[in-house]
Amino acid sequence: MPQTTEKVARPPVVAPPSPRTRAPRRVRLWGKATPWLFLAAPLALLIVFTYAPVANMLAYSFTDWDGVSPELDYTGADNYVEIFTRPELFRVFFVSAYYLAASAVQIAAALYFATILSFNIRFRNFFKGVLFFPYLINGVAIGFAFLYFFQDGGTLDSVLALFGYESDHAWLSTSTSANISLAGVSVWRYMGLNFVLFLGAIQSIPGELYEAAELDGANRWHQFRHIIAPGIRPVLSLSVILSISGSLSVFEIPYIMTGGATGTETFVIQTVDLAFRFNKTGLASAAAVVLLLIILAVTWVQRRLVPDDKVDLT
Amino acid sequence: MTLALSTPVVRRQVARTLTYLSLVLASAVVLLPLLAVLLTSLKTERQMADDSGALTLPDNLLNFENYVTAFQDGEMLAAFGNTAFILFFAITGTVLIGSMAAYAIDRFTFRFRKLVVALFLIATLVPGVTTQVATFQIVDSFGMFDTLWAPIALYMGTDIVSIYIFLQFVRSIPISLDESARLDGANAFTIYRKIVLPLLKPAVATVVIVKGITVYNDFYIPFLYMPSDDRGVISTSLFRFKGPFGAHWETISAGAVLVILPTLIVFLALQRFIYNGFTRGATK
Repeated sequence: MPQTTEKVARPPVVAPPSPRTRAPRRVRLWGKATPWLFLAAPLALLIVFTYAPVANMLAYSFTDWDGVSPELDYTGADNYVEIFTRPELFRVFFVSAYYLAASAVQIAAALYFATILSFNIRFRNFFKGVLFFPYLINGVAIGFAFLYFFQDGGTLDSVLALFGYESDHAWLSTSTSANISLAGVSVWRYMGLNFVLFLGAIQSIPGELYEAAELDGANRWHQFRHIIAPGIRPVLSLSVILSISGSLSVFEIPYIMTGGATGTETFVIQTVDLAFRFNKTGLASAAAVVLLLIILAVTWVQRRLVPDDKVDLT
Repeated sequence: MTLALSTPVVRRQVARTLTYLSLVLASAVVLLPLLAVLLTSLKTERQMADDSGALTLPDNLLNFENYVTAFQDGEMLAAFGNTAFILFFAITGTVLIGSMAAYAIDRFTFRFRKLVVALFLIATLVPGVTTQVATFQIVDSFGMFDTLWAPIALYMGTDIVSIYIFLQFVRSIPISLDESARLDGANAFTIYRKIVLPLLKPAVATVVIVKGITVYNDFYIPFLYMPSDDRGVISTSLFRFKGPFGAHWETISAGAVLVILPTLIVFLALQRFIYNGFTRGATK
């Protein structure tokens, strides 16, 4: 699923070099102002580009501002009512369902490949590289590669023809088939990241456990069930979270490939269009607030369900 | 060979074969779309017209005409220049900002320290995609709209992950080093510059790689903030191929290959760092 840049605090999978001594820390060495000199730029940027936009967005969402003119009227909760009552605005949530379903496929596939590649396999590095590489490719290049892939007589039709299935099918021409195709591209693109995260987690499980299990006559499936699965639970729950928020904030691939046509418009495409094409800044802000709240709620639920030992920053 | 599926040896053989089969199949799924693009980029316009299918070999494997067309008419040179410019400033800024923040948070006790940490923590929960509606107005009010500085400022200012990566590493630098330098009369800035920053090299490498790939590939921010033709980065310039080259798949494919190639080279050269970097970035 589209990977948002949103991150969740976790114990690192790859342990950083361990501190030698955590002897007396932070002895008072300096004057009071010194830390603020170091923090000035980071905090200024954080406030200007993260907190100020969130605050403004909340404010705009209760107005009918068009983003340009000096005048605006407070319209109360009208924008929010509109989002949940106008069917054409609400429809974009259903498109997310395709991507959510694709997320499940993606995580299952990533789990399978991470498991088999954590055992001894010939050409392991080659397969690992091939599976991960799509994640690094530029989104526009991916979009074009798959436009070609799905078009009439494109890559997919050629492959099907090899197997004797002559199809003359414009895969992006109907809403269902287009959304399935686009969600498939998402799986192709993001599976590698999940896979590498899982692989890292599996490889940090001590090898003795497997040996002991082998001696007890456990087969691969048992090993997976009782050693691997518990070992990667934190990473797995992180992936689920990223997938859900990613499914809700899909933008790039459908925008590049279909521009949101034939029923493939996602929530973010709609919001961007509302704000920058139709100058409905107020309505777009309300939509963005709704999305933000959903993502925060999902994160909160996940934190409650899977209590994790948060990275201790203090 | 008789199919005696009951013997463990045979069963293991079958399992192994199936495992390899699934890997080969997955590799084919990954590589086919890319292979088709590569083959198409080497075909002539005439060969494209005779409708021979996407996976046929080009007549001449060394036909680089489409690359010349894509590079010149697609203004790829300017795009690579703009991207390099943004990369340089955004990465330098991210490294300085992230390491300074991590140094201050880890090495000092001060009032509101917990609040500062909380501010950075909460910010990770806000996906940038949602806030652009309002960020746009702020960027615009600084007069940065349609300049290369808009993406640079945004990449620098919204990267909390790098701060976490630096934080992990700063903690592993023994504080006794700071103290002995302090006894030699060094001030906080000298210590940051002469001791902490040099010892952070592995973290810097990680941040440079992860950030570099992310910035190189980003489409959303340049697309929103730099609409002018001469402000194209590789993503937006490639996206503009859609219009003029409409159905010229051979040219579009060549453009896509030009964009993918640097990523492939960097990936092959720095594989190990890239895996670690992304793992650390995502799971910090």
